Amino acid sequence: MTIALKVSNLKKTYKNGTVALKGLDLEVQSGEIFALLGPNGAGKSTLIGIISSLVNATSGEVEVFGDSLNKDRNKVKSHIGLVPQEFNFNMFEKPMDVLVNQAGYYGVPRKIALKRAEKYLKQLQLWDKRNGMSRMLSGGMKRRLMIARAMMNEPKLLILDEPTAGVDIEIRRSMWEFVEQIAKDGTTIILTTHYLEEAEQLCKNIAIINHGEIIQNTTIKQLLTTLDIETFILDLDKKPTDEFLSQLNAKITDDYSIQLDVKKSEALNDVFKKIDAQGYKVLSMRNKVNRLEELFFKMTQKDNNKEKSA
Amino acid sequence: MNSKTLTALFTLGRKEIVRILRIWSQTILPPAITMTLYFVIFGNLIGKRIGQMGGFDYMSFIVPGLVMMSVITNSYGNIVSSFFGAKFSKHIEEMLVSPMPNWVILFGHVLGALARGLMVGSIVTVIALFFTEIHVYNIWIVISTVVLTSVVFALGGFINACYATKFDDIAIIPAFILTPLTYLGGVFYSISLLPPFWQSVSKFNPVLYMVNAFRYGFLGVSDVNIYTAYTVIISFVVILTIICLYMLKKGIGLRT
Ligand SMILES: Nc1ncnc2c1ncn2[C@@H]1O[C@H](COP(=O)(O)OP(=O)(O)OP(=O)(O)O)[C@@H](O)[C@H]1O
Ligand SMILES: [Mg+2]
Repeated sequence: MTIALKVSNLKKTYKNGTVALKGLDLEVQSGEIFALLGPNGAGKSTLIGIISSLVNATSGEVEVFGDSLNKDRNKVKSHIGLVPQEFNFNMFEKPMDVLVNQAGYYGVPRKIALKRAEKYLKQLQLWDKRNGMSRMLSGGMKRRLMIARAMMNEPKLLILDEPTAGVDIEIRRSMWEFVEQIAKDGTTIILTTHYLEEAEQLCKNIAIINHGEIIQNTTIKQLLTTLDIETFILDLDKKPTDEFLSQLNAKITDDYSIQLDVKKSEALNDVFKKIDAQGYKVLSMRNKVNRLEELFFKMTQKDNNKEKSA
Repeated sequence: MNSKTLTALFTLGRKEIVRILRIWSQTILPPAITMTLYFVIFGNLIGKRIGQMGGFDYMSFIVPGLVMMSVITNSYGNIVSSFFGAKFSKHIEEMLVSPMPNWVILFGHVLGALARGLMVGSIVTVIALFFTEIHVYNIWIVISTVVLTSVVFALGGFINACYATKFDDIAIIPAFILTPLTYLGGVFYSISLLPPFWQSVSKFNPVLYMVNAFRYGFLGVSDVNIYTAYTVIISFVVILTIICLYMLKKGIGLRT
């Protein structure tokens, strides 16, 4: 398998002395959707800025599909499409012009650019808005416009820095579909997000970055198995009493549903016996997958403590 | 130059020109009004009392100066507001992430500045025709000096925009450097009117060479040697281009 992105010992100290990256290493295989997680200020956008030539690295090396940023910056640029965290298009231009101009900068002839712009504006549900002023788009539309813009050079590597921040659930889902589709078509994708559900939904591999370093680089599955507690949601046939809840050490989630934590070592049979004894029936049961949040919190917490004691 | 580079250059140039035309009431109209006022006041009202300057009536004398002045301020103003505007609202990043070579970014913006300079210059020339006849001594000198001068100030404006971090920074240079140099650069008078000391001081002002070379194209008279003038102007083009390309390469003022 080819390597889409290889970052070696990347360091960045900003002019004001802020150390944003402290010798970061990362590898992303081609064809995958890769998530970069980390708390605010961890260095995600800095890393992305360096990869996409908006930020100068202090030292280190970045290779994109084998081309080195230090040796052939323009070649690297031509592989990448970037959706930055902050809006960065001309608010006084029409969405159509934003796209066609961006394509032009990449050397895509106007005729092809117009066709491509139409395709992506339609896919991202912006076609009606193509000739209005960009500043009149809603926040979610602006974000989608930036996604369309990043596709104008049909990049081999698409980087999305918090693409779904401030986007409603429905649009978020359609954006996921869009991302999954272009991944299927062969584009490698790196995204940052604070919504762990998003990473679980889209990605197999993730890296967690904190204080400018990768503190975990693994598969989501692997990460989840390191949890020793599983959370289940049970739907019951009648309203649980407080006494019942305290016996099971469960929480009520809505009228007929409860949530309870079960240690991996504990047998589920015992849980069911208890429920049975109280005369409740379990109508359905599901696994609450989203434990990543907590795990993530624990990990960065641990890392922060290490930092403090060091 | 390959076809991708050409497409990029064409896109950028086109975008710049569309911008100038879209906001014509800020880009084209104000200089036209200002210059009409100059013609009325200096040319017609005061000029009649001044009599001859450099062997021509005052109106004929200041027309080339005023055209050049508007070309200078508009070339500079265009690139500064376009490029700093792009920096300020971050859409400069659209250019920085793209593989278009640095010289295309520079040249595309210079083309925009040149377009605005020439548009305004032409309009001012047409307005001048309502006030006086215009002689043309050598059209090639007229064209070459106006183009080169526009390029010099476009490059200067580009450097200003790179260094600028706030809007004040793009107002300071025009107010404290550009305007004095232009007003003292022989737009309104022949430096032969000055005492010898101030004549020598004036010769350190690059605008003097541009205005005089341009005026030479119209009237065939100049306060400075025409070859010296070209040497000065072309040297500025070369030096400023090198500085701009260096700044782009290093990302000075562009990349953090
Ligand atoms: N232009 C800059 N100048 C100085 N410091 C900066 C600059 N940009 C970012 N930083 C600092 O670098 C560190 C990393 O910031 P970065 O934007 O990379 O974080 P992030 O992981 O993207 O955070 P978020 O999740 O909030 O987007 C922070 O401490 C930030 O304050
Ligand atoms: Mg960020």
